[in-house]
Amino acid sequence: MKLAVIQYPGSNCDYDVIHVLRNLVGIETELVWHRNFNQSEFDAAILPGGFSYGDYLRAGAIAAHSPSLNEVKEMSQEGKVVLGICNGFQILVEAGVLPGALLRNDCLRFVCKWVNLRVCSSRTSATKLIPEGGLLHIPIAHSEGRYVNKNNDLKKLYENDQIVFKYVNEKGEEINSNPNGSLDNIAGICNLDGNIVGLMPHPERASEPSINPYGSDDGLLVFESMLNYINH
Amino acid sequence: MNLLLSPTNININLSEEELNQAEKMLGRKPNSVELGMIDVMWSEHCSYKSSKLVLKKLPTKGKRVIVGPGYDSGIVDLRDGDVAAFKIESHNHPSAIEPYNGAATGIGGIIRDILCTNCRPIGLLDSLRFGELRKGHNRWLFLNVVRGIADYGNCCGIPTVAGEIEFDESFESNCLVNVACVGIGRKENIVLGRMENPGDNIVLLGGSTGRDGIHGVTFASKVISDGSEEDRPSVQVGDPFTKKVVIEATLEALKTGYVRGLKDLGGGGLTCGLSEMSSKGGVGVEIDIDKIHVREGEMTPYEIMISESQERMLFAIMPEGLNKILNIFKKWEIPYSVIGRVTDTCRIIVKKDGSIVVSIPPEILTDAPAIKRKSRKPGYLKEISNKDGIKNKPKDISLAVYTLLKTPNIASKEFVFRQYDHEVGVRTINKPGDGDAAVLRLLGKNKAIAIKSDCNSFHSYLDPFYGHAGAVAESIRNLVAVGSEPIAIVDCCNFGNPEDPEIYWQFEKSIDGLVYMLTGLEIPCVGGNVSFYNEDDRTRNAVKPTIVIVSIGLIGNLDWITKLNFKEEGDSIIAVGKTFPEMGGSQYYLRFKGIGGRVPRTTPEKEKSSIRAVQTLIQNGYINSAHDCSKGGLAIALATMAINGEFGAELNLDQLPKASASIDELMFSESHARFIVTSKKEDVNNIIKLCRKNNVPAAEIGEVTETNSLSFKYKKKIIAKCEVDKMKKCWEEAIPRFVSPTLKRG
Repeated sequence: MKLAVIQYPGSNCDYDVIHVLRNLVGIETELVWHRNFNQSEFDAAILPGGFSYGDYLRAGAIAAHSPSLNEVKEMSQEGKVVLGICNGFQILVEAGVLPGALLRNDCLRFVCKWVNLRVCSSRTSATKLIPEGGLLHIPIAHSEGRYVNKNNDLKKLYENDQIVFKYVNEKGEEINSNPNGSLDNIAGICNLDGNIVGLMPHPERASEPSINPYGSDDGLLVFESMLNYINH
Repeated sequence: MNLLLSPTNININLSEEELNQAEKMLGRKPNSVELGMIDVMWSEHCSYKSSKLVLKKLPTKGKRVIVGPGYDSGIVDLRDGDVAAFKIESHNHPSAIEPYNGAATGIGGIIRDILCTNCRPIGLLDSLRFGELRKGHNRWLFLNVVRGIADYGNCCGIPTVAGEIEFDESFESNCLVNVACVGIGRKENIVLGRMENPGDNIVLLGGSTGRDGIHGVTFASKVISDGSEEDRPSVQVGDPFTKKVVIEATLEALKTGYVRGLKDLGGGGLTCGLSEMSSKGGVGVEIDIDKIHVREGEMTPYEIMISESQERMLFAIMPEGLNKILNIFKKWEIPYSVIGRVTDTCRIIVKKDGSIVVSIPPEILTDAPAIKRKSRKPGYLKEISNKDGIKNKPKDISLAVYTLLKTPNIASKEFVFRQYDHEVGVRTINKPGDGDAAVLRLLGKNKAIAIKSDCNSFHSYLDPFYGHAGAVAESIRNLVAVGSEPIAIVDCCNFGNPEDPEIYWQFEKSIDGLVYMLTGLEIPCVGGNVSFYNEDDRTRNAVKPTIVIVSIGLIGNLDWITKLNFKEEGDSIIAVGKTFPEMGGSQYYLRFKGIGGRVPRTTPEKEKSSIRAVQTLIQNGYINSAHDCSKGGLAIALATMAINGEFGAELNLDQLPKASASIDELMFSESHARFIVTSKKEDVNNIIKLCRKNNVPAAEIGEVTETNSLSFKYKKKIIAKCEVDKMKKCWEEAIPRFVSPTLKRG
């Protein structure tokens, strides 16, 4: 099994994700320049966080036109696993691989903080090992993370079980828990089949107790879910 | 030789005497391009002409020092071949005029300083000073400086992990924006900013050269005045995306081993880069100015040579590796130009259209004549030296604690650090607010670095010597409190006009204070920066003397990492070090209109004892939390430990080691050489014994409780009782109340 971490000019969290995959999950992972990405060589791909092309125009808007996104679209059809984290999520949305849009936070500032997430669906490649209703401590760090969608499309997301993560409080309730004004407290969604997932929080930053203020490694569950999903 | 411009067309700031000296050194009249280059390099900002005689006194050597002052950043040994590069820089003048881009490009510049040593930048710090927040102009500066730092640092993927902010009316027209960066690398891979091999190619990488930033350094070398608004075009515009790709491309190029020398282009632009690199290696350079990629047409050689356009790096590359490296730059789609070669002529030769437009030995540019300035003790010190008293002495000590927690100098800076990505890189163990210093781990190793910036300008205004000796001590204590062994510092001096003898006196005394503490603690200073002329043209008000100290320490075992929050109910609270009646420049005096008073005075001996004691305690596993006492004294140190831990505490100050009996002095004096630590009950005796062994007075002063109350008892009376959640509210909401329209100001 081999994973690709796709590097765009301006990617920031590429090495962080590689560190977690290689050293903690223990899986062969390659850093691939976005122009050179060939999906047939990999079982899964991660679009890491950062500021691809400086987030100029809109976050993810320019990278969405990279040839790598054609490969990602093929993966979507073939049922292969793709995870977009933060800027990676923004790119997937801009490219139309995932529905909706990510706008500026309602506070109009960049926000870096630890949040509580509730897993709303266990069928996806990023949540296979986490029971529905499970709570995760994972940090966010973004200024354009406010998820929006049209009423009808939002309804479809619920009907098709495409809402994967929501921002909640410590008790798991959707009360005073929204860090960016996201519609329905949405933090992450998936495509129809559940093989492609995008989320704003950074699981790679929550994968080791030593850097995790809660002393847990919740983020690791997301990456281990990916492996489990691929193996089954 | 061509004279492309007549000298009257360019703006020269050199004195008559300096002009004559330059002519004498060159042996002829410099042409207009050369004159422009000399003018820039002999500016205060580039030449350190007013400061270098004084800075010479700083101790710079030590067995952990790999590269000291004089290069782009200081480099220290982290054992096993690991090294850390760090450096601090001021961007005060540009930030005062255009806060967003001024601060952003400050971050850009300091990142390049680390990068060009072949270390990967892993952390940023910001040390900021503004006028009081109740004024709109100051809020505008504050909000935009912070946003500039956030946008730039976040985009580059370097976490902003620590810093400090002070608010005082002396910083009103002259905000201070000091930024520092730390990077890590391997000893065998260090590259320095010098050219040494004739025949090497000179390559300029990154942003195109434009007219922005022309005369940035001369602008930074004069007083801000009404006309300064017109200097706004001197402020460079940052491009963090280009910076990010320049970082990655540069690191990839360095990996090839073909880069012999590397320097970032900041103040003084190409002139500074070429002259410093060639003079350090004792070589010459020859460049063809037509090869340089420029942003605007019709740029003259003069403009190109002194432009300070951002995001540029200057490489000296071995000829056999040139193509390989250029291919890397192509992959990253970054513009570059091969502009010339290193020569053995010991001259900087610049050609345009085939003819020579500059021919000057690099040393003339880099060795500006030093100036010994006049110095005189300021009048204000005589006026207040005999005063000590407080006008509005608060009767209710609990209320005083709440009030102090609300003052922006003490209040939580969460509003600021929430906007900084402090997690990227997955190294940040002690995050902003967690402990006295930031802690960044080295991936895959049982090792971390601690880093922190400090200065107390309120102390140093009243006593530049002890104020700055104290700043060093505080910075070192902060490193110790998180479990590290201090290695070295870099400093950033911020003063008014050095031509004013009273300002120069402040500068001299401040450096003397640094020398006193650094020498005593055996801590070297491995780099720094000086910013003068931070004063208001109209009012002649200068900034309070401020030398920001950034110190770095090594944590040899991740188990030693310590935070400041109370950890467990029943833990004992122990005060290490003695409290003296030292209220001068304290936040308590400031808030309640105290005048004069003695500024905390410490000695290296006292600091060493406290440091050694706390280090031993931490390394023996006795300590659950540690915090040094600084702004706001004992009471505020304990309050923040309670707020962060969400615990209460019961204190009794009878046993507190002290040389005072007055309640407000015990609670709010800002004496140095003190720590508060907590431990399990059964370890208290061992802890006190260990402290005694190190000649440090220490005593158990209380216990952590699972209540909502922080109570202080003294001589059988409760002198203060504060609710923890109310303190938290005061402390957390104070700054948001000033800047958020929906909250009422407290």
